[in-house]
Amino acid sequence: MAEGVREAWITGIGIVSCLGEGADAHWQKLNEGKIVVDTTSFAPFIVHPLAAINFDAQITKKEQRQMENWQRIGTYAAGLALDSAGVKGQKDILSRIDMIVAAGGGERDVNVDSTILTGTPHAANPAAFLNERLMSDLRPTLFLAQLSNLLAGNISISHGVTGSSRTFMGEESAGVDAVRIAYSRIAAGQSDIALVGGAHNGERPDLLMLYEFAGLSLRDKFAPVWERGGKGFALGSLGAFLVVEAREHAEARGAKPLAKLSAVVSDRANRKPGTVTASLSGLWDKVKDKVKGGTAVLSGATGADPATAEERAFFAEHADLAVRATGSYLGHGLEPQFAMNLALATVALAHGNLFPPNDSSGLEKPMTGTLDQVLVTGVGHWRGEGLALVEKVG
Amino acid sequence: MAAGKDKMGRPLVVVTGLGVVTSLGAGKTDNWAKLTAGESGIRTITRFPTDGLRTRIAGTIDFLESQPCAASYSERFANLAAEEAVAQSGIAAPGGFPGPLFLAVAPIEMEWPQRFELSARAGGNDKITYSDLLRVSTQFPAYHERFLFGSVADHLADKFGTRGTPISLSTACASGATAIQLGVEAIRRGETDAALCIGTDGSINPEAVVRFSLLSALSTQNDQPHKAARPFSKNRDGFVMAEGAGALVLESYDAAKARGAKILGVLEGCGEMTDAFHRTRSSPDGKPIIGCMNVALKDAGLTPDDIDYVNAHGTSTPENDKMEYLGCANVFGERIKTLPMSSNKSMIGHTLSAAGAVEAVFSILTLQNQRMPPTINYDTPDPAIVLDVVPNKARDAKLKHVISNSFGFGGQNVSLIMGLEPAA
Repeated sequence: MAEGVREAWITGIGIVSCLGEGADAHWQKLNEGKIVVDTTSFAPFIVHPLAAINFDAQITKKEQRQMENWQRIGTYAAGLALDSAGVKGQKDILSRIDMIVAAGGGERDVNVDSTILTGTPHAANPAAFLNERLMSDLRPTLFLAQLSNLLAGNISISHGVTGSSRTFMGEESAGVDAVRIAYSRIAAGQSDIALVGGAHNGERPDLLMLYEFAGLSLRDKFAPVWERGGKGFALGSLGAFLVVEAREHAEARGAKPLAKLSAVVSDRANRKPGTVTASLSGLWDKVKDKVKGGTAVLSGATGADPATAEERAFFAEHADLAVRATGSYLGHGLEPQFAMNLALATVALAHGNLFPPNDSSGLEKPMTGTLDQVLVTGVGHWRGEGLALVEKVG
Repeated sequence: MAAGKDKMGRPLVVVTGLGVVTSLGAGKTDNWAKLTAGESGIRTITRFPTDGLRTRIAGTIDFLESQPCAASYSERFANLAAEEAVAQSGIAAPGGFPGPLFLAVAPIEMEWPQRFELSARAGGNDKITYSDLLRVSTQFPAYHERFLFGSVADHLADKFGTRGTPISLSTACASGATAIQLGVEAIRRGETDAALCIGTDGSINPEAVVRFSLLSALSTQNDQPHKAARPFSKNRDGFVMAEGAGALVLESYDAAKARGAKILGVLEGCGEMTDAFHRTRSSPDGKPIIGCMNVALKDAGLTPDDIDYVNAHGTSTPENDKMEYLGCANVFGERIKTLPMSSNKSMIGHTLSAAGAVEAVFSILTLQNQRMPPTINYDTPDPAIVLDVVPNKARDAKLKHVISNSFGFGGQNVSLIMGLEPAA
């Protein structure tokens, strides 16, 4: 059996963010250009908070109690994607779905952490104090809300996805490679149908701290991605999943494509000056033969230089492409950002046009004419470059 | 069957380099000698005070320099194992590995020593909160990179010169096997002729021990560390956390042959099946475990009767060993009573994210040496588990195909089937 190249369709999307849930809410808000940020809860830091979501619609109360918010966001988005693809509850198909989740780690119990940090300087035996507090104060099941692979585990439990389950870790590039591997396996005949994506809870002080170590957590005043002078990103709470499917598998079950996934490529520059631009150019070379016009870019630019400045330099070489940085609206969600932008690409393709620019720096320009293809970029704030091409079918 | 292709016509995937580090020592030679002598690497934890902990033993790696956090331990162990594997393979000059990296790694996180450091820098408020830590975070710029999930793989990719983006992954206690599976798939797709697959775990620290302890997963046999891991015994009472790393250089058979490499074994098949029953427990009917092994057998083009030895997941928890036995009994039928099935974990403990890779290395060594490592501490058999666990003493056997199981929290099940080089 030769493993030839098979066409991969996106047949389902599930998205939640500060803009709401689902394709229509996102499309409407992106066109309105409305910015949703929370500047007070973590002041001086700015985050994009999750919209009010009725988790009950996808997750039983009993299961919700076993989860922390990042898992609820992801399990909810995965359920929307399965609904969108028309495979929810289809046991035969769910048992063959290959799932790849891109994830970091789960929430900490900030009260326990605070108690330990506060009490340790006064403890007679600090090490014993730490052990005692951890043993008595941590909820036994908190660990299961923290383990990276337990978003996938929760999706299996809540939605019955049981073909396979893999979790990739490693910030933005984990999100790119999750889609790349799912796509490659389908193209090569190793998999027929995949559920791929991730979730991020940006309303977490421990995560703000991780990026603030590098001074990258956006503070004081909100600005769109390209207008921040490279100073960093506002974390966003968001979840995004795609159902990606071999064309023949979709056709056999009568499923319609939302879009065709035509390429997913990634690389790792060493981040010496100029290498991100060069890396993106190298990825462009791998997909450029498929770029036919009517093409726009949904950029995952974070707002953190030098990565964002170098991505901008790459776009300067392709001034004919209309670019939108979705991070200006959604915030930065690290692992799920790439899947989110692929999902938004399918939404834009369905409407045949692009939402308006939100950038006074001059990079984002209005797009005229119809939209037939979307390039999605995923440049990690620290490592990893990714590029995908999504196209209208028919 | 064409040379260089498997029964399905896909590129045959072979192993040309192996590296391992566990609590028994560094390197294949030392590990294999101790493993087949039935030595235990489990000891009393001395790395940090264990006052107030229910479990005070682990398979720590104490013969290497200490590190500030699990990320750094994991990186150190992975480096050591990969150096050995890449050197043995002779595939490339140092720093020029001609393929991608797949790394199974424990989740990366900031730990208590760093939190205390920030807290001290923030100054003596009455109550310390994350706002205080955030106020001084920019004074610790190195912690950004260190505590990014991708940092361990990134550093390894730099050192070994692997191609493309390295993939860091977790399937909990099946992670090491998943790393190998991703490598096998990439070679079968024809994307690459080689892959570096590593599983590593260095997460023995207070909070990690507490987490497993609170789930009642750990043995509390603190007074006899060597005796604590007793897979398949009636008096087993939990697993013993351990550190380690295993590394494998995978290559297509054709590429290995073309460069005259010595083939150490064949990665014949991989299987996985997710269990949606519960976060930490297996479905009582064992169907996902059974399905996982059957998928691996099918992928390898083999039948249960072709398997000569099972490298068990064998954690020594009451639940796992019972369910693994039930699953194997279903797959292998009556043969299960005589099919040798031993647990490396009886000696090295449970190396968590590394286990699948460490035990794959030992599975290949088992094939190469035609000798099965024992299950030690097998003094009180569980009457509900009628198995040849290769009790207490290593044994020679004629082995062509072995299966290695890895099961993890979150319903993760992966089985790998390995064999010897086919006759030319």
